[in-house]
Amino acid sequence: MESKFKVDGAGTWYDTTDLAWRMNEYDEYAIEQAVQLKEQVGDADVTVLCIGSDRVKEPMKKALAMGCDRGVQVADDAVSGKEPFEIASIIATFARDKNFDVIFTGMQSQDRGSAQVGVLVAEMLNLPSVSTVVDFSYQDGGVTAKRELEGGIKAIVKLKTPALFTCQLGLNTPRYPTLPNIMKAKKKELLSIPVGDLLQADPRQQTTTVYFPEKKGGGLVLEGDVAELAGQLVQILKEKTSVLSR
Amino acid sequence: MNVLLVAEYRDNKLLASAQELIGFARKLGADAQMFLVGSKAALPAFDGTIYLADASQYGEFNPEAHKSLLLGVIEETKPDLIVFSHSSYGWDLAPRIACSLKAAQISEVVDIADGAMVVPLCNAKLRRQVKSSTPVTVVTLQAGAFGAVEDSGGTAEVKEIATDAPSALSFEGYEAAEAGGVDLSKSEVIVSAGRGIGKPENVAMIDELAQALGGDYGASRPVVDSEWVEHNRQVGTTGQTVSPKLYVACGISGAIQHLAGMKKSEFIVAINTDRDAPIGEVADVLVVADLKQFVPALTEKLKAG
Repeated sequence: MESKFKVDGAGTWYDTTDLAWRMNEYDEYAIEQAVQLKEQVGDADVTVLCIGSDRVKEPMKKALAMGCDRGVQVADDAVSGKEPFEIASIIATFARDKNFDVIFTGMQSQDRGSAQVGVLVAEMLNLPSVSTVVDFSYQDGGVTAKRELEGGIKAIVKLKTPALFTCQLGLNTPRYPTLPNIMKAKKKELLSIPVGDLLQADPRQQTTTVYFPEKKGGGLVLEGDVAELAGQLVQILKEKTSVLSR
Repeated sequence: MNVLLVAEYRDNKLLASAQELIGFARKLGADAQMFLVGSKAALPAFDGTIYLADASQYGEFNPEAHKSLLLGVIEETKPDLIVFSHSSYGWDLAPRIACSLKAAQISEVVDIADGAMVVPLCNAKLRRQVKSSTPVTVVTLQAGAFGAVEDSGGTAEVKEIATDAPSALSFEGYEAAEAGGVDLSKSEVIVSAGRGIGKPENVAMIDELAQALGGDYGASRPVVDSEWVEHNRQVGTTGQTVSPKLYVACGISGAIQHLAGMKKSEFIVAINTDRDAPIGEVADVLVVADLKQFVPALTEKLKAG
């Protein structure tokens, strides 16, 4: 989801047509950590859940090819209008009777970036949770996790499962699915549940408008032939900075 | 309006973001009180009540205890708005509080306009205005979006608070940032590589340009997370904060976390194929070009004198 954005017709979200879609980057780290945990303990079963239209089936297939055992699509064509509390409530309702030992989420989404959903799910399920995790190690039901703080400092935290972790970039190195695993993933279960079966919350906030930020201006924009641009920039650096006068 | 500001404390120090919370309250013209798990020895100048819990007793990071303490203060002060920084502490505690209060949480507020909170969308490429529909609202503020109040004045009335909430989680202490071999804060020129460099082999051309300019090369977070460049060259919130005479951002879109680490540079050049990239907001010169062609061309020009 990295291309030219446009505001949608209603003026309350970005236009979702003509965009290239991929898995939320933070979620890739969450999936990788779940698969690594499965590989470590051996006897584990990993469910990957995603809320959205049929568009989400592609990234879910990737998750299955990375090593998840089953996929659950919560089918919702109106997912982009749902606020973090509603999203968390859907996930919590699904997870409530499943007795998951560990839940991993991305620490935020790349579009909304609220950094709320994972922690909200944990609170709704009364599970302990650690947010913005950059290091995770599991042994005999106990987890040592490191949270990333400002300035590159990490806070070390210990707790017992069941627990929820929100995954920060750099937690691990998400694998590329291999061709044999992509083939195997085609045989894995991919369930679909209508969102109405799981959503039990009303929205607590509304988007009134979406727009492009005003350009603060002042900056000079150079476009054109690369060689000429390089010459122009050298001239500007000579005039405006002292770094070339040595 | 009555607001409760949640200040932060780390490594036995009050974090400077407290002054931004005060700045936000002033902008609203609101009555403000403050919550802090910290120490009497490190309080901000603040014209109001500070509800203080002792960090040495509860731990600087202890979500369950901090939640319980804060809910107690909210019960007593009945704020309309509970204000956190959009930081590792705020990300963790704000949703817990919002969930308990059945309150809307609006994350990463950058402004207030038309009676709504303004937040970024799609990594700051767009803006979104949001209105809460709950009686109490939790907000987190983007770092730097509301000016820090230099002289907040006043001597706070301190009320000490306590809790006996149990904790399922034990905080074991901090791990220092990776010791850097490269101290970019002293560099006069920094050329930084972003995701736009495309592949690790292209770090070399960034390094060459840095050398031609007599400086050092740095990188944005995605490049470091991909292990194309070592962490001790990362510029941004979780890396180094720099202010060189010249900063050249190559293929860096300009996420707020990166901007926070470099926007005080004296002169900023951005090279990006996307003329709408947020880095353009802080750049003195934006060169709209493919860096893989432009960077070598610039290096050549510089070497030719």
